[in-house]
Amino acid sequence: MSNIEDRVKKIIAEQLGVKEEEVTIDASFVEDLGADSLDTVELVMALEEEFETEIPDEEAEKITTVRLAIDYINAHQ
Amino acid sequence: MSRRRVVVTGLGMLTPVGNTVQETWTSILNGKSGVANITHFDTTSFGTRFSAPIKGLDLDGYMSSKDARKMDLFIQYGMVAAIQAVEDAGLSVTEENAPRIGVAIGSGIGGLPMIEATHDTLNKSGPRRISPFFVPGSIINMIAGNLAIKYGFKGPNIAITTACTTGTHNIGFAARMIQNSDADVMIAGGAEMATTPLGVGGFSAARALSTRNDDPQAASRPWDRDRDGFVLGDGAGVVVLEEYEAAKARGANIYAELVGFGMSDDAYHMTSPPADGTGAALAMSNAVKDAGLNPDQINYINAHGTSTPAGDIAESNAAKLVLGNAADAVRMSSTKSMIGHLLGAAGAVEAIFSVLAIRDQVAPPTINLDNPSEGCDLNYVPHTAQEAVIEAAVSNSFGFGGTNGTLVFRKI
Repeated sequence: MSNIEDRVKKIIAEQLGVKEEEVTIDASFVEDLGADSLDTVELVMALEEEFETEIPDEEAEKITTVRLAIDYINAHQ
Repeated sequence: MSRRRVVVTGLGMLTPVGNTVQETWTSILNGKSGVANITHFDTTSFGTRFSAPIKGLDLDGYMSSKDARKMDLFIQYGMVAAIQAVEDAGLSVTEENAPRIGVAIGSGIGGLPMIEATHDTLNKSGPRRISPFFVPGSIINMIAGNLAIKYGFKGPNIAITTACTTGTHNIGFAARMIQNSDADVMIAGGAEMATTPLGVGGFSAARALSTRNDDPQAASRPWDRDRDGFVLGDGAGVVVLEEYEAAKARGANIYAELVGFGMSDDAYHMTSPPADGTGAALAMSNAVKDAGLNPDQINYINAHGTSTPAGDIAESNAAKLVLGNAADAVRMSSTKSMIGHLLGAAGAVEAIFSVLAIRDQVAPPTINLDNPSEGCDLNYVPHTAQEAVIEAAVSNSFGFGGTNGTLVFRKI
């Protein structure tokens, strides 16, 4: 669990060019972490790669916060 | 009504011999070569295994690593040169002047590194792995686009692409936009990073590149009898152009006036010029006429001078056609002997060298010119820079497709 959370946070920090401590559980990619629409597309791609999963576009659109990303990965591992 | 005058008030560049204007110019005046063996990909099976790369660029202070990731190298290079130029000009953007400031920065080829890497990804992992930043990170007008976003420049925003004449055409048309009152300030130039397997392989296949693998720094030798093609180089050059009265009113540092711009096409061959140089001569004479100068008022020519057997003699002949007897007195050098051929950036970088030649009253050298070939009998400033009275300087660019462009700068 915490392993997945750490890995997700690390990817978000890398992709969005922010410090890991800024990636708090309730942070929103767009509002809190400065992402734009293309950043979030690329972020989802990075998550797919890291966790060797495929996230359908309609699901990807709903992943807008750190918590939602962690929940999605946990539910689909 | 007389034509609005255009002056150069800011310079920025990134070249194989320096990551700033000052560093590059010092290297150029000292005849330093920036050519080196290619180390960023395996060149074992390539006919040409060297180029003129950018060295030790630190993007810190120019852009975040997050932004850099979304820009192919030619965009990063163009942004660095443009930021230097804007800062050098001391431009401040306000709500009032923003709609009057535009950008014209192009590239000859664009994002080859990203295109190649993304094509590999597509083949290996399929379309779902293509980055959303692939297109905006590799298309040619994204230096101009990103620069406008960074500074809030809301005026005209274009990127002319005309192979090796790109930089010259962007600067020339930027000046026209100021003359025509489409803008009061234009940030103009070109950038290139095409030394990839496809870029090197492609120019090599066209028999355009030198194959002097045993002595790369002697490979670019314009007008020399042993020249065998150009050296592919990376980099960027950007100038800030301003309407003269406005520049004077804000107390800007004015380097020179851009007094002339001329164009033409060879209408001859995809990659070779006619030996008599008539296509190049037409662009040059159009530019000199546009400048309102007599040919004997041109003191320095920064030649296209790529070190190809056909191109160098054609340009020499063109200079003789345009200058007549005054060709005996003119100094014509090729800085490509040191930095190689920067393709879409070449015209911009060389326009800056022409401006600096006027500022410092010195003609930069043509290195490696040991034995001028038959018919090459002008003063090419061999080996060492020459101090000279330079009131007006010409910068030439000629590109695949036979497209020619010439800029004329004058002391102010």
